[in-house]
Amino acid sequence: MMHWLNMGGYWPFVWPCYLLSAATIALNVYFARRDFAAALREARRRVQSRGSSS
Amino acid sequence: MSWAWFHRFASPPYFYRLAGAMLPWLAWGAALTGVAGLIGGLGLAPADYQQGEGYRIIFVHVPAAVLSTTAYAVMAAAAGIGLIWRMNVAHAVAASCASIGAWFTALALATGSLWGRPMWGTYWEWDPRLTSELVLLFLYLGYLGLRGAVDDTSRADRASAVLALVGVVNLPIIHYSVDWWNSLHQGHTLLKLGKPSMPPAMLIPLLLMMLAFLLFFGAIVLTRARGQILRRERNARWIGEVVGAAAK
Repeated sequence: MMHWLNMGGYWPFVWPCYLLSAATIALNVYFARRDFAAALREARRRVQSRGSSS
Repeated sequence: MSWAWFHRFASPPYFYRLAGAMLPWLAWGAALTGVAGLIGGLGLAPADYQQGEGYRIIFVHVPAAVLSTTAYAVMAAAAGIGLIWRMNVAHAVAASCASIGAWFTALALATGSLWGRPMWGTYWEWDPRLTSELVLLFLYLGYLGLRGAVDDTSRADRASAVLALVGVVNLPIIHYSVDWWNSLHQGHTLLKLGKPSMPPAMLIPLLLMMLAFLLFFGAIVLTRARGQILRRERNARWIGEVVGAAAK
């Protein structure tokens, strides 16, 4: 296991690449879902206010 | 040839529902191919005869770079369609590509830099491939900045579409830079005449990771495009049905 984690001595370069990739993927999922949830909330509020005013 | 399918995509409610139905397939596809690619790339693939274990950066660097250029090509094509056919859905897709494209261009540059340090002895070199990829990042940031600076959505769509189309010239420069100029960056590995210069034990995980990143791109773009459509179509009657369905 330690041999694998050491990546032949290249661990300071290999693992940060995988960490950065994981962070980029996680942040893109978070931001996209947050943006969609906000758009859905906005739309719901607008539909409700339209319903109550008619 | 019937263009009915093309016009169907232009319908916001049709696109919104289709995107919603495709999302789980893309997300699960990305997760499964990603896990398989990681197992193959980090566990099963042998060490490289020259770069040793350090070459394993390729399994995230190349997919990130492929996503960065694919996202730009999709963005420019969607922007062009939006501009020519005045298709709101196409503009929504174009606008949704930019931020993920910028993120993964930055990732490609960062992972390339981390790979360059042990192999080339430097984090950065003003090499044609690296410089054209950096220009791609600036194009994405310019596109996002332009959209953010214009309040009116339709004007922002048109202005940013022109910028996206002008920036397409950078894509062949990125791709062929390693052929056109003396480059520190290695040449084509996959898209070259003859066969790829990788054994299957390395090539298969790399292709799986590329597929995972592209499926992930599809899932994120469709999620963002659905949000864009909800905002753009806020006064449309069909939004009431969608919001009602989502509230249940």
